[in-house]
Order: sequence, then C-alpha cells, then structure tokens
Amino acid sequence: GPGGGAALENANPLIYRRSGERPVTAREEDDELPDSIDDREIFDLIRSINDPEHPLTLEELNVVEQVRVKVNDAESTVAVEFTPTIPHCSMATLIGLSIKVKLIRSLPERFKLDVHITPGTHASEHAVNKQLADKERVAAALENSHLLEVVNQCLSARS
Amino acid sequence: GAGPEGQCGRGSSQSGRGLVQGRGLPPPPPMAGTILLSPGPGWSCRAVLGEGHQRTVRRVAWSPCGSYLASASFDATTCIWKKQEDGFECVTTLEGHENEVKSVAWAPSGTLLATCSRDKSVWVWEVDEEEEYECVSVLNSHTQDVKHVVWHPNQELLASASYDDTVKLYHEEEDDWVCCATLEGHESTVWSVAFDRSGERLASCSDDKTVRVWRRYKPGNEEGVACSGTDPTWKCVCNLSGYHTRTIYDVAWCHLTGALATACGDDAIRVFEESASSDPRQPTFGLAAHNSPRRAVTLHCSASVLRTSVEAEPSRKKRPRVSFSKHMSLMARAVFPVSFLE
Repeated sequence: GPGGGAALENANPLIYRRSGERPVTAREEDDELPDSIDDREIFDLIRSINDPEHPLTLEELNVVEQVRVKVNDAESTVAVEFTPTIPHCSMATLIGLSIKVKLIRSLPERFKLDVHITPGTHASEHAVNKQLADKERVAAALENSHLLEVVNQCLSARS
Repeated sequence: GAGPEGQCGRGSSQSGRGLVQGRGLPPPPPMAGTILLSPGPGWSCRAVLGEGHQRTVRRVAWSPCGSYLASASFDATTCIWKKQEDGFECVTTLEGHENEVKSVAWAPSGTLLATCSRDKSVWVWEVDEEEEYECVSVLNSHTQDVKHVVWHPNQELLASASYDDTVKLYHEEEDDWVCCATLEGHESTVWSVAFDRSGERLASCSDDKTVRVWRRYKPGNEEGVACSGTDPTWKCVCNLSGYHTRTIYDVAWCHLTGALATACGDDAIRVFEESASSDPRQPTFGLAAHNSPRRAVTLHCSASVLRTSVEAEPSRKKRPRVSFSKHMSLMARAVFPVSFLE
C-alpha cells in the first residue's frame, strides 16, 4: 500500500466486530414488489471496503457505521458520514473517494450522493468534504490511472 | 450506476449557427476527448473532432466571427480549430497550464482569448491576423481551482469564478493585466458567472445553492458607494436563495429578455425574471410562472436549447426526460451547462 516501508500512521487501530448477515424478509422475496433502498443496503455496499493502510475493512475499523448512513429513496438521496481513525489521517480523502466510487458504481443514476467526514473527527474535514462534494474534481481525479488503481484495490474483495 | 463520466460541456454560437458539445467519456479509446458537432432534432452531425485531446473536453467556445472553435481539456491544453470546407483543422494548441483547463472564452473583439485551470491561474491570450497566439498574461489571483471565465459583453474586462468562493475581475492597466476587483460573499465554490446585456451587472452561481447579482458602481456614483481610485466597486444587490436544493453549476443571462436561467444538481433548470417593480439598486427576481406570453418565449428559447443539449448527450441508460412542472422549472437529468441562443 502507500508509504511502502514507512511506519503506519495508526499502527494499533481499534477493531470492531462485524455485524451479521441481514435476514431476508417475505416482502423482499416477493419479486412483484419494488425494493426500496434503505440504510442497511447502503451499509452493506460500503462495509467491506478495504482500508488503504490496514488489512481490515472500514466496518472493522468503525470508519463506517450503519447509523451514519441516511437514505431517502423517495428523494433519491444518500448521505454517508465516515470517521477517520485518527484526526490527522492522510488517507481521509482516499477513503471518502472509495466510498463515493463504490456507491456511484452500485446505485441507480438517480441517486445524489453526499459523502463527508463525521463532524469533529478530522483536522481538515472542511477541505476534504469540499473536494468530495465537487463532482468535477472527483471525475478528474478518477482519470488518474494510479489513483484509480488504488481506489479499485480498496474496493476489491479480499480473499 | 450513476457516474461522474458523461459530463457535457457546450457552447453556443453567437449567431446561433452551430451547436457544439464537448464530451468527456472515460476510456475505452477512441471516444475519450471527442468533440461532436451538433446531433439533435433538425441537426446533423457535421464533424467528429477526435484527434485533439487525450482527456475530457470540458468546454467549447465559438469565436465571435464563427470561423474558429476553441476546446478546453483536462489534458491541460486548449485546441483552436479552424473551419474548413470539409471539416475542422486544429490550427494550434495552447499549452502552459499545469493541469486541467476548465474553461475558455473569446472576447467580443475576437483578438483575445482567456483560459482558466485547476492550477489556480487565468491566462489571457492574444491572436493576430496571422493566426498566431501569444500568452500576454498569467494571472495568479485566485487561491484555488478556477472553474469558469467569461468576458464582458462590450469591454475588455474579464471575470473568473473559483473554488476559492470568489469572483474576480481583470482588465489591462498600462500594458499589464491586473485583478481589479474581487467579489466576496458566496460561501462555497463559484461555478459560473454571466454578465447582463449592459455589462453593468453580473450574476454568479455557487455550490452554496445561491445565485447572486452584483452591480457595478463607478467612482463618483450617485449612491455614494465608495470606490478605490479609478476602479469601480461591485456590490451584491440580490441574493436568490431557497430556490435550489443542490449545487448550481451554471447561470445564463438572456441578453434579449433579461431572464436568468440556472442549471442545478437537483436535475432542474430554473428561469428567473426580474419583477416589473424592481429597483436597480435592490433588484428582485422571481421564478418564471405560467401565464405570460413573454415567459413562453423565454421558455421556448431555453427549451429548444436545453432539449437539444440534453438529448444530444449519449444515452448511457435511460433517455433523459424533459418536462414542465407547475412552477415552470424544467426538469432535466443532471444539468451541467446552460446557455441561451441569441
């Protein structure tokens, strides 16, 4: 990962237990009824994203939590707050970008996505949030093949 | 799913002759960086300019005379294309910006061009009768990414909009281009600006979900607004807030009717008109409503431009919808740029 042999910023992160699989309801099994997208579904999409530095998922590091996901299917909006493990985490933009890309690739086009840092948990949260909210900056960044590769590694399923 | 790709930059010809779309689709090649001339109802695609750019084409602009097309790209260059009998030829490539060029604009005189970039700078270029382009100024006034540049309708005055939340104005003073005004007030990135027909007012739109109208006060003005030296002061005289629910990416000011149109990330295009009783020092604008034939003309003008630009976008999944809501805000998919055909 980035940094090569350099020491990790947060060498001993707290690790959180994963929540279990979601039980399938009868309504969900009925193909005639449309499924509306809810907080849990968004959380399921992002919980297994790999942290860029540690061999752990964002859920295991508590960077993402279901309670910090807010979906409004009727208004086609999704808001995700993520909590960097330390206030000066230099990976915050990359993590936010990975969350954003995962949602862009997974959700219908109608959804408007808002990915931002949990207030009060990062020294540069305004600057990071502003970059993540700028769709032109996100698009231009993803045209950088090296950055795209790093993001794709975060999004790949671990064996 | 939805993607940041497929954004559409467009420019309209001053004489209404040609509609151009710059398309930024991601690889696979050879579609990346392609410029298409004018698909749409009653229009036929005349040319595909696929060889000029290696990355997203962000904006295109016709020269005032209509013979040249400038294209600004994320590949950090601006190409100048000249119309030939059988197509377009790239006559020069303007280099110098360090990274993505976001906008390009021709001055009404046709001899000046401006570009702006994520490298925070605005460049002014001069072109002579031999079609030679020369950079005459690099302006480093903004502290962040510059999103858009636009020229005053009848003076050599340039405006720029930036991620640093300001609008800046520039003119030539004793052979040097300088920043002569900074318009502060927006609380987030300013995405675009537009002058009204007279050039005495400017509208700006922002990620803060507002449109602000600014008015120029010259030294010695009767309202007693203070000016520094010989430079006019620009004051914010109207703040349109509460109408837009997401980032406003573009604003256009119709030089025929005085109407303002906005392109918003909430998938709507809105048209605003100045109230009949509006005071120039504190103008009031309201959303255009059903009942006047004047509005119908404005909307028809907007609708034909917008329908063309929306339908011209290559359809990734569904065809974009254009319909009229009861408040006459036109609904279109992820509207990015908007402009009026004159």
